[in-house]
Amino acid sequence: MTDAVPPKGRGPLARREARLAWGLLAPTVAIVSAVVILPLLAIFWISFKPVGLADLRPPAPVVRESLRGSGDDLRLQYRLRNSSRDIAISGVTITDTLPPGLSVRQADSRCDVSDGQIFCDIGDLKPGGRDEIELSVAADRDADELGEEAESSAPSVSGNAPNILTNAEFTLENFARIFDGDEFWGVLGVTLFYATVGTIGALVVGLFAALLLDRSFRGQGVLRGLYLFPYVAPVIAVAFTWVILFDPFSGSANALLIRMGVTESAINFFGDRPLALIMVTIFEIWRYFPLSFLFILARMQSIPEDMYEAADMDGASPFQKFWFLSLPQLLGILSVLFLLRFIWTFNKFDDIFLLTGGNAGTRTLTVSVYEQAFAVSNIGAGAAVAVVIFGCLLLFSAFFFKVISREEGL
Amino acid sequence: MSALRHGYVTAALLGMFWTVTVAVTVAVAMSFLTGAPFRPSLLLSITTGALAGVGCLRGRAGIAVAAVGLLAIGLLGLGPVQTGEVGLFSDAAGQALAAAAAVLGLQSFLRGLPFGRLTRHEFEEAIIRFLTGFGYVFFTAIVAIPFYVMVMTSLKNQQQLVQNPLDFSIDLSRGWNLFDSYVELMTVFNFGSYLWTSFYVAVLTVILTLAFSIPGAYAVARMRFRGAAVFSRSILLIYMVPMIVLALPIYIGYSMVGLRNSVIGIVLIYPVTTIPVALYMLQGYFRGLPAEVEEAGLMDGLSRLAVIWKITLPLSLPALASVSLYVFMIAWNEFLLAFMLLDDPSKFTLTRGIASLDSSEIPRQHLMAGSVIATVPIMAIFLGLERFMTRGLTAGSVKG
Repeated sequence: MTDAVPPKGRGPLARREARLAWGLLAPTVAIVSAVVILPLLAIFWISFKPVGLADLRPPAPVVRESLRGSGDDLRLQYRLRNSSRDIAISGVTITDTLPPGLSVRQADSRCDVSDGQIFCDIGDLKPGGRDEIELSVAADRDADELGEEAESSAPSVSGNAPNILTNAEFTLENFARIFDGDEFWGVLGVTLFYATVGTIGALVVGLFAALLLDRSFRGQGVLRGLYLFPYVAPVIAVAFTWVILFDPFSGSANALLIRMGVTESAINFFGDRPLALIMVTIFEIWRYFPLSFLFILARMQSIPEDMYEAADMDGASPFQKFWFLSLPQLLGILSVLFLLRFIWTFNKFDDIFLLTGGNAGTRTLTVSVYEQAFAVSNIGAGAAVAVVIFGCLLLFSAFFFKVISREEGL
Repeated sequence: MSALRHGYVTAALLGMFWTVTVAVTVAVAMSFLTGAPFRPSLLLSITTGALAGVGCLRGRAGIAVAAVGLLAIGLLGLGPVQTGEVGLFSDAAGQALAAAAAVLGLQSFLRGLPFGRLTRHEFEEAIIRFLTGFGYVFFTAIVAIPFYVMVMTSLKNQQQLVQNPLDFSIDLSRGWNLFDSYVELMTVFNFGSYLWTSFYVAVLTVILTLAFSIPGAYAVARMRFRGAAVFSRSILLIYMVPMIVLALPIYIGYSMVGLRNSVIGIVLIYPVTTIPVALYMLQGYFRGLPAEVEEAGLMDGLSRLAVIWKITLPLSLPALASVSLYVFMIAWNEFLLAFMLLDDPSKFTLTRGIASLDSSEIPRQHLMAGSVIATVPIMAIFLGLERFMTRGLTAGSVKG
């Protein structure tokens, strides 16, 4: 009789479970990698390429067909144009079918005609170049009608042009351009100020709100719901409300301040240099304090009551209880929230874009991605900024995972 | 510090702070309600507040004296709230409000406080009661004012807005014309169709997100396989990738494939932005379910998929509700992708539609009416299901 030994390695059951698990995960993995991983790779690729917004449409030959003249002088004409002003197209060809009733009498030397099929080999087209092909034809029906028929069937045209997105031309110019000059460091500074102050502010205000609501009274649910409004409302709605409220000419805030005698003339809240950044940061705090308040409140309500009873027995005062008991208990969630919110604020785009559009010294890294790519039409430079953001993200998240595995045991 | 711990010092200090708070609040509130000039006076607030605070220590008689005194000097024009050209009624109402709020607050902060030396407990509890009262006023004001401005501006017309930007009172004599901006948005600007597009895009996003994230979350939470931990972390990492980084290549790709400017393109992309969040929230909830129930199902001969369908899902209905709500909110509020990918007004979502109202030719009450249209449905859903929302937000994300 052999001794019973525990099985070694992975048995068939474990393998079956792993197979099922991957089967369940497969759709998610597939779609997420299609929409997240691929674009990320694309961003890296593009950041090393000199691409502008106009290059998204690769250069192509454009052709227009028309039937000209009349009687013996009837000609079928193809006019070609290179859509790009900078890049030549090689190996341009046209293929077309003659409408019935039209026959070719004499073809251009570059064209072949057989069975009503026309095939023309034009060769190269210079940047911005034009070309024209004429075939003299004979019609056995009404010429106008034939002309319409001929023009309605579009000829197919092909040609090879180097596509800037797929060729092997690489450049470091994008990175050189964004790191060049003081602008980048200014933008980075603004981003760090916005992320740090916005995050800490939202945490402190959220902690205050959580302390207020950490007791049960009538209407507590209503107040909690009310305090979550800034987070739940669409960002575009609240951002525009702030812009209108603080408008320098007809905003209520300015009217109020002038009437109260705080200021003599209207303040341009979102247009003056240090003030705009401060306002944008306050908006960030206002909009996201509900999130930290929710998390802190949830953690607070799970602190065991007997710890406070013990503190009471020892004669601790309310401030001491907060400082020596609640705060250490909340430190874990506060640090996790800080890192998470810091990363998110660092990545935030919509808020600043809607409030100031990145003007008046509020341009953050994310806004400059948009600016470079769409306002300056330099997609390559925009992608380079995006790569920088992604690098920062990796750095922060490495740190984040270190902390979260200590705090939450993930 | 110990000098502060005398009843009369504490009362005077709290009286100052609280009266200033009340004066500012009442002035702002009355200005917004009536459009007339109300102004807090810092100096008068501090002096009268200190006196009222000390008065409130002196029992019922003291409280009554403080209340009547505040009201009287307020009406004489020397109180914490100063008024300009104001009707008699609103002046009296404002002064009464200020006096009542100041005294009621103070007497509850200072309840049971002796006149002389205070113990540390008495002192700190009074401070905490003051901070609590201040907190409620502060938070309610900062949350309510922007939404109040949003709604009231949408009910005005251009002329009224320019005349007095402070006047948010409603002119009831205009009757149904109050809602002119809304009618115009619905008829001329096609907001009805935007509303519908936003709605079905959000619902489709919820369905697709759940379809992908339920199996994924179950696998991560319950099954043992190599790479589970790495997978769970990469979900979180993807959750943190900024949308603008992805939006650029998606814009390029969609331009090439021809999906740009189509609702299908939007419906394809939204779930991907929400799947990581949903997966993360759901796996947290699935981990919390007792595994024994599922094992019992397995022992009774159900397959894994049948266990998920018949046991796990019915048990996690609350979590599914909160995840759906959260995903709906994200899809409804999404702005960046809609803004970048949609150009054709017939395919706009609500947020994109509002963005198109932001031009100097369109009066701003229209912009605010559009904002109200976008905000009200999500608020209504949210207030109705607030319980699910708060639980769902915190459940998955605090504990991994």
